[in-house]
Amino acid sequence: MTSLQSAIRGTRPLTGRGGERRPGPVLFLILLWLSLVVAFSVLVTLIITIVLEGMPQFTTRLFTEYPASSPDEAGARPAILGSIWVIITTAVMTVPLGVAAAVHLEEFADHRNWFNRLIELNVQNLAAVPSIVYGLLALAFLSLLGVRDKSIVIGGALALSLLILPVVIIATREALRSVPMEIRHGSLALGATPLQTTWRQTLPSAVPGIATGTILALSRALGEAAPLLVLGALVFVSFDPNGLLSGYTTLPIQIFGWTGRPQAGFHELAAATSVLLLGVLLAMNAVAILIRNRFQKRW
Amino acid sequence: MTSITARKGGPGLDPGLPASPSLRGRRRPGEALVRLALRVAAGITVVTTLGIVVALLVPSLGFFAEVPLTDFLFGDRWAPRFADSSFGVLPLVTATLWTTVISLVVAVPLGLGAAILLSEYASARLRKVLKPLLEILAGVPTVVYGFFALQFVQATVLREWLQLPTGAFSVLAAGLVMGIMIIPTIASISEDAMSAVPQALRQGSAALGANRMQTTVRVVFPAALSGIIAAVVLGVSRAVGETMIVAIAAGNQAVMVSDPLQQGQTMTGFIANAALGDSRVGSLEYDTLFAVGLLLFCITLVINAISIALVRRFREAY
Repeated sequence: MTSLQSAIRGTRPLTGRGGERRPGPVLFLILLWLSLVVAFSVLVTLIITIVLEGMPQFTTRLFTEYPASSPDEAGARPAILGSIWVIITTAVMTVPLGVAAAVHLEEFADHRNWFNRLIELNVQNLAAVPSIVYGLLALAFLSLLGVRDKSIVIGGALALSLLILPVVIIATREALRSVPMEIRHGSLALGATPLQTTWRQTLPSAVPGIATGTILALSRALGEAAPLLVLGALVFVSFDPNGLLSGYTTLPIQIFGWTGRPQAGFHELAAATSVLLLGVLLAMNAVAILIRNRFQKRW
Repeated sequence: MTSITARKGGPGLDPGLPASPSLRGRRRPGEALVRLALRVAAGITVVTTLGIVVALLVPSLGFFAEVPLTDFLFGDRWAPRFADSSFGVLPLVTATLWTTVISLVVAVPLGLGAAILLSEYASARLRKVLKPLLEILAGVPTVVYGFFALQFVQATVLREWLQLPTGAFSVLAAGLVMGIMIIPTIASISEDAMSAVPQALRQGSAALGANRMQTTVRVVFPAALSGIIAAVVLGVSRAVGETMIVAIAAGNQAVMVSDPLQQGQTMTGFIANAALGDSRVGSLEYDTLFAVGLLLFCITLVINAISIALVRRFREAY
């Protein structure tokens, strides 16, 4: 897809540059650049203000201590551990399911079948359902099961899992689609069954694309707070979460909690935790982009 | 395959040849099982949707058994927790409308500007640098945006620098920051739409003596219009459903917002805030969450349907 686009771009003719120097077109180009500059300068301002505000509290205490009533003793240890628990559980639940669904839709499903078309339309729709609605869904589901305490790791992971499932499916389908047909035909011609072809040829070829999409989806889940808020994850957690049924809080929820406190010290803590979260997310994004650029094969 | 076996021993074939091997392969019951599993995995997405609908509908029915639908949709006082309770959802809807409109005022021009620059002006190398940078904006967690809106945009920019008469919260600050958040959504989809416009149209325009601005504004932009509208519609959907920024920075007083410097509570803001209090399953308070959630879901569903339809149209145009 991108290679095609850049190929088109490379052969682009120099479209009428003659009139480019008049004030109108120059102003237009300035406005275009301005829109990017505004966006980036807000991003830079955001990062600078958060780093400046969070600096005093960005110490090892943030990683080792539990929340406390005084901002100078409080840390985000349970939130860090909670985020790790929730995100790993989410990944374990989502990735196999999402990849399997995508493989079915892309490799085996008959697109003229109404059921498969319904699924496709549905995935598109699910991708744009507000995240907080997934929180309500998980809340209703847990109530139905009779779970009293809804702020448990598996509940949060369930909500986030459903939230990013469509993202994983869409990304995996894109990755499978970019594997050329010749690979499949070659495998089939050698006598492999369609399933063997998928498992030994198509899927391995699509792994970089799937990995990129999955990492981006997981980074979205890691930064998400709304569904967990609905599930009551905003609690004063002063222990290490230790299992799927354990209570927990996560980094975004902890930031939200500290933001709502009146003391300035807690706002510094919120900023410091934001720096930590942003750092992790940027690292994940960087890894995803790296994989996309380095490992994606050009056929 | 059948044609090969049918001709076995027919005229022209040497009867001395060994029988051709069966090309059917052996039966693989395991494979059928795996394919069934794959089908089930895909089916789970449908189950999720049904789950959402049922999960929202059942408590909502409980809600509407006590509160008439017309009172809910057209009442202008939202006070679900007061003794003298009232369930008019309009205050939540107007606050949502304000934050959505403000965010679009920011995101549409900036997003389209970025898209045009990337699609029509930038070289392949420049695009490779700028696009991931733009995507970082989408990667910032919304709770961090909310913190930024409250601590910097509201407290420092609006109150200190601009000296605006506003309190600790405002829909303006929330909307502005939400607009920044939506820029990548609008930029990336409308860039796809503009890149899909065939090169021949640009060449034709250039051949007639148009410069790049004229080509962009009068040829590429109209040709990509349905895709661009789809991008904007998706932006609307994201703005309506965004929770953390409004929960943090817009305030939580459910009043009819008439001035963007006021604070207000959006639909999502209400759900987030109400969830903080522990509401018992089956209580009216619990049901209220789901009624608002259902309204939110319906609004975004309609918006998404429009967007999907528009994307289909622009994809098939060429």
